[in-house]
Amino acid sequence: MSRLRDMLSAGEFVVTGEVAPPKGADVTAMRAAVELLAPHCHALNVTDNQGASLHLASLAASRIVLDMGIEPIFQQTCRDRNRLALQSDLLAAWSLGLENVLVVTGDDPRAGDHPNAKGVFDLDSTQLAEIARGMNEGHDMMDRPLAGATDFFIGAAMFPEAEPWDVQLARAEQKIEAGVRFFQTQAIFDMTRLKRAVEALRPHGAKVIAGVLVLKSPRVIDFINERLAGLMVPDAIADRIRSADDPAEEAIVLATEQVREIRTIADGVHIMPLGLDAAVGRILGNSS
Amino acid sequence: MIITRPRDWERIEDNLASIGARSVFIMGCGQCATVAHTGGETEVAEVAARLEALGLEVTGWTVGEVTCHLGGTKLESRKHGGDIEAADAVLVLACGAGVQTVADSVTKPVFPGLESLFLGNVIRNGIFEERCLMCGECVLDKTAGICPVTTCPKGLLNGPCGGMWEGMCEVLTDRECTHVRIRRRLTEQHRAGKGTLAPKDFSKTLKPGGVNIRGHGDSR
Repeated sequence: MSRLRDMLSAGEFVVTGEVAPPKGADVTAMRAAVELLAPHCHALNVTDNQGASLHLASLAASRIVLDMGIEPIFQQTCRDRNRLALQSDLLAAWSLGLENVLVVTGDDPRAGDHPNAKGVFDLDSTQLAEIARGMNEGHDMMDRPLAGATDFFIGAAMFPEAEPWDVQLARAEQKIEAGVRFFQTQAIFDMTRLKRAVEALRPHGAKVIAGVLVLKSPRVIDFINERLAGLMVPDAIADRIRSADDPAEEAIVLATEQVREIRTIADGVHIMPLGLDAAVGRILGNSS
Repeated sequence: MIITRPRDWERIEDNLASIGARSVFIMGCGQCATVAHTGGETEVAEVAARLEALGLEVTGWTVGEVTCHLGGTKLESRKHGGDIEAADAVLVLACGAGVQTVADSVTKPVFPGLESLFLGNVIRNGIFEERCLMCGECVLDKTAGICPVTTCPKGLLNGPCGGMWEGMCEVLTDRECTHVRIRRRLTEQHRAGKGTLAPKDFSKTLKPGGVNIRGHGDSR
């Protein structure tokens, strides 16, 4: 049984983190990151060719995380695989003991390290969620029975701060209808917009895990504003980090404040330490 | 119409050199390639001058009415039979369909002079945009006449994706997100949201496509 699902259904505040599989076959650094994060998190997302760039498969990396004693959230993007491969990987994931899946569209290949690749996008994330739900019910997307059903806890991404809100909300509702039971959000800077999202989605029975980025340096802020799609650090927050004597320390204080506030609003927090993994324990400890 | 662009000149030179061609016949197209300014009379004359500058002989040229029309192109080839016969190769300034039609109409080696890009809308003279992917299963009824399969860079039927920001597209950042446009137009027309669209049926466009409306044989 997914512990993440159990905790969220019981109304407990959950903490999720994120690990990136390596570009290469050496998982030492990833294991080290898991060891740092695991004591503070209830589950860890394992990204799938993040940034449309080549990495070790999320499927294998998720299993490594599971073997290290912490529950993974297996991320699956629609960019690199067609419907046969996506379904086959879902079955593989279940057979490997991966119970949480986060379905996302995926960045466009033009943004990554293989810009000549064909972006598959045979399915979109809503359709993939619906297929995962179908597998939970024991059939494939063609409605044919499976020898052994899955029981995934299905999650998706959402973006409480991206306008227009009516489009975002309609999209999230569509995903819930498709079988999504929890959302992990893009980094939150504006708590009133997070509140708006939580209040809109909770009545549908969906849980919202709010994203927090540890903005450890002015360089990270520039990177986010220039390179990461769908994300902008507001000026007030950027100025606070830029003008700090010790930006990394200020980022930890800021993240602590954000987590403290998120505890009163959302169902959980998804912490993205961007390399400051060692500070996660402090951020969480000081925020409660 | 089919949008084309000139093929890299080095590739054309290499192609001709690969068979040791000394003389060339050029065929343009009076339809799409003329409108796209890639294979009309002007462009055929430019290419002829360029070939001559390389020391190749241009035995003749023509701009057929519709180069992808097999009957018309066969007729055109017969009209210019002598000039084609005198050439070592035929260079075609038309889309890939036109090139193949010419290749089926003459016995000489045929080479493409253009690259075929997409089915395009003519926004203004010289400005073309892709709006239809010819997917065989139109969703424009549900999407307020805006095709997400084509105009969303990821081709998502259900969007926006996570990269949309302030209504703008993640990939083509100077463009409004297709899914935001669809929703706005549906709202303006007092229509309900489009709902979740099911995965596309790619069997509708299995290659190669073929249609026969003459009452015998099969359509694919």
